[in-house]
Amino acid sequence: MPSITSPILLQVRRLGVATLIAAFALGSAFAQRVEVEFWHGLTQPLGGLLEEFAADFNASQDQYHVEASFRGTYPDTMVAAIAAFRAGNAPHIVQMFEVGTATLMHAGGAVKPVYELFEETGVDFDPDIYIPAIKGYYSLPDGRMVSMPFNSSTAIMWVNNDALREAGLDPETTPLETWDQVRAVAKEVVDSGAAPCGFSMAWPTWTQFEQFSAIHDVPLATRANGMEGLDAELMINSELHVRHVQTLLDMQAEGSFTYGGRDSNADALFPSGECAILHGSSGLRARVVREAEFDWSTHMLPYYDDVPNAPLNSIIGGASFWVMTAPDRTDAEYAAVAEFFNFISTIENARRWHVESGFLPIRFGVFEELEAEGFYEENPGADIPYLQLTRAEPTENSRGLRLGNMPEIRNIIQEEFELAIQGQQTAQQALDNAVQRGNVVLRAFERANR
Amino acid sequence: MKRRTIYRHKLLPYLLLAPQLAVTLVFFFWPAGQAIYQSVLIQDPFGLRTQFVWLENFQIVLTNPVYLESVRVTIIFSTAVTLLAMAPALLLAVMADQVVRGASGYRTLIVWPYAIAPAVAAVLWLFIFHPSIGQIGQGLRTLGIPWDYRINGDQALLLVIFVSAWKQVSYNFLFFLAGLQSMPKTILEAASIDGASPRRRFWMIVFPLLSPTTFFLLVVNIIYAFFDTFGVIHALTQGGPGRSTTTMMYRVYRDGVINLDLGGSSAQSVILMTAVIILTVVQFKYIERRVHY
Repeated sequence: MPSITSPILLQVRRLGVATLIAAFALGSAFAQRVEVEFWHGLTQPLGGLLEEFAADFNASQDQYHVEASFRGTYPDTMVAAIAAFRAGNAPHIVQMFEVGTATLMHAGGAVKPVYELFEETGVDFDPDIYIPAIKGYYSLPDGRMVSMPFNSSTAIMWVNNDALREAGLDPETTPLETWDQVRAVAKEVVDSGAAPCGFSMAWPTWTQFEQFSAIHDVPLATRANGMEGLDAELMINSELHVRHVQTLLDMQAEGSFTYGGRDSNADALFPSGECAILHGSSGLRARVVREAEFDWSTHMLPYYDDVPNAPLNSIIGGASFWVMTAPDRTDAEYAAVAEFFNFISTIENARRWHVESGFLPIRFGVFEELEAEGFYEENPGADIPYLQLTRAEPTENSRGLRLGNMPEIRNIIQEEFELAIQGQQTAQQALDNAVQRGNVVLRAFERANR
Repeated sequence: MKRRTIYRHKLLPYLLLAPQLAVTLVFFFWPAGQAIYQSVLIQDPFGLRTQFVWLENFQIVLTNPVYLESVRVTIIFSTAVTLLAMAPALLLAVMADQVVRGASGYRTLIVWPYAIAPAVAAVLWLFIFHPSIGQIGQGLRTLGIPWDYRINGDQALLLVIFVSAWKQVSYNFLFFLAGLQSMPKTILEAASIDGASPRRRFWMIVFPLLSPTTFFLLVVNIIYAFFDTFGVIHALTQGGPGRSTTTMMYRVYRDGVINLDLGGSSAQSVILMTAVIILTVVQFKYIERRVHY
């Protein structure tokens, strides 16, 4: 092979080497960034907002890179994460809905609790920045936090003011605080023909059993709603629960309550104007703002005023972020996760998330700041979820739930409730059956996780 | 005398079979083996704690009244879907067979539903039968019929049967039509000359001659009703209200994917697999004898 002697060729060779060196340097700069996989279960537009947080984190520093990707609905994301863990390549962070909390909390070595993450990485983190109803839901009984709160919602009552007016009621002065009042208004609306459906609810188990129990300070299950042990048993066949289901059955009989289906199916009934009153997620707000062609308002969930201690705070829904382990995970990767969590928990980012997405302001300071700036006067009713969630010091019954296989328990309660609505069983029978079947599920979970 | 194809190389037939065998092994035998293995274990979802429990999962499943209820729903559901998918298909095929002008147009139209994914089909029918946003749903209510499949279990079952059957009509239609068109015309003409009425010609000649097709479709439709109707049920009723539309297949999904009870769910898969194998064997053994080829 002839050696290169021509000056031009030499020049070319030097250039080539320089490019090569530059390419290597660039490559190693990229390689230095620690990659973090983040799976979430939020559909658009919320998913996009969440991904913006990851992008902003990536732009804010040059050590870490968080790759946020949508993996289907919450249950889909959960199953995907579990399958990935079994295959040895779980994502670093996975977003999980609140009812998956117990499943992940008992996942042993599959999950790294966030208190452990912050201890090991030395990143400063104070769990007391979160409001108690949120902190309690994601913490062990001794207060150590196991997952990172982010998008929290709660159940509230949506009211169609125009329908009330058409029924001859003044929405400004008509009280809607107790079940008697709500029932009377719903009946008036239907009887006057102002709306075909007076009252309905989305997420029947969540709004009528989980929230209901917390607000009335009655247990949903023993062992502090499962927070203190796997041997918890359901307690939803109490006198008060039976009374409530009976109220709903009576309302259905008189025409003031129309069942709208499982999970989020009934969401559509409110913005369409079909139902004048709906119990649903506070997260419905964006849709109501966009779709409702009538004057509406938000209220706190009603209660029975003869129950002692009622009304307490409601409990949360939504999701939190969990750190998962894998055989080849490095300390640098955990450090990256800790830094990302630190980034999303700043007051600026908590505020931005609340304002943009409509989820709750999860840490202290955000609500006060926005209130002082007049945000809630410009957005009436946006403060109701927060006020309801913080209106009392959480008790054992209103701190949250930690029941294994909660998605299945929700389904069982929905099923038995539906059978009562169809007239195939009484309120007492429905709840006895739900307790009996739910306990079987709890025992199976206890056994598999022992 | 038996016909035999002789390959010169011993290896060639196996080589030709290999792709199909590989697909069968990877996508059928391996998962089936996994299900059988998983069905004798109790395991947490993450696979961190495993107990070998012999046949306890089967015992738990088979003594669970909720599961037995899903067996009952499945029997009603599959029988109804199979009948409702085959009878109208045969009627349509007989009529399309007689159409002279625009025959291909009719055929194309009737075949369309088959190209629609089950979940999409379910949503289409939801928009028709939904009690508050569906045209027919609203219509039924204005007529005073308390139509609401969200709270009426019988109506819900009727709806999922109807939608599942509707999806399968096209498939059956195609096969029936092909069967009709390959029918020897001479026999039919001879019967006409003998003075047999169209009805009589159909029941005495066409229907018996069509029996291989009918038999094949019977097997396919039952398997369809058992396994392929998940999308329809999931999109329309999620197994509700109550448990009125929870078939065995839907139960497998509920227990495995939502409930994360892998052992119980696998035991149910194994039961389902056994049921369909037995059903198919029985069909081949007994019904096939009465089929004219």
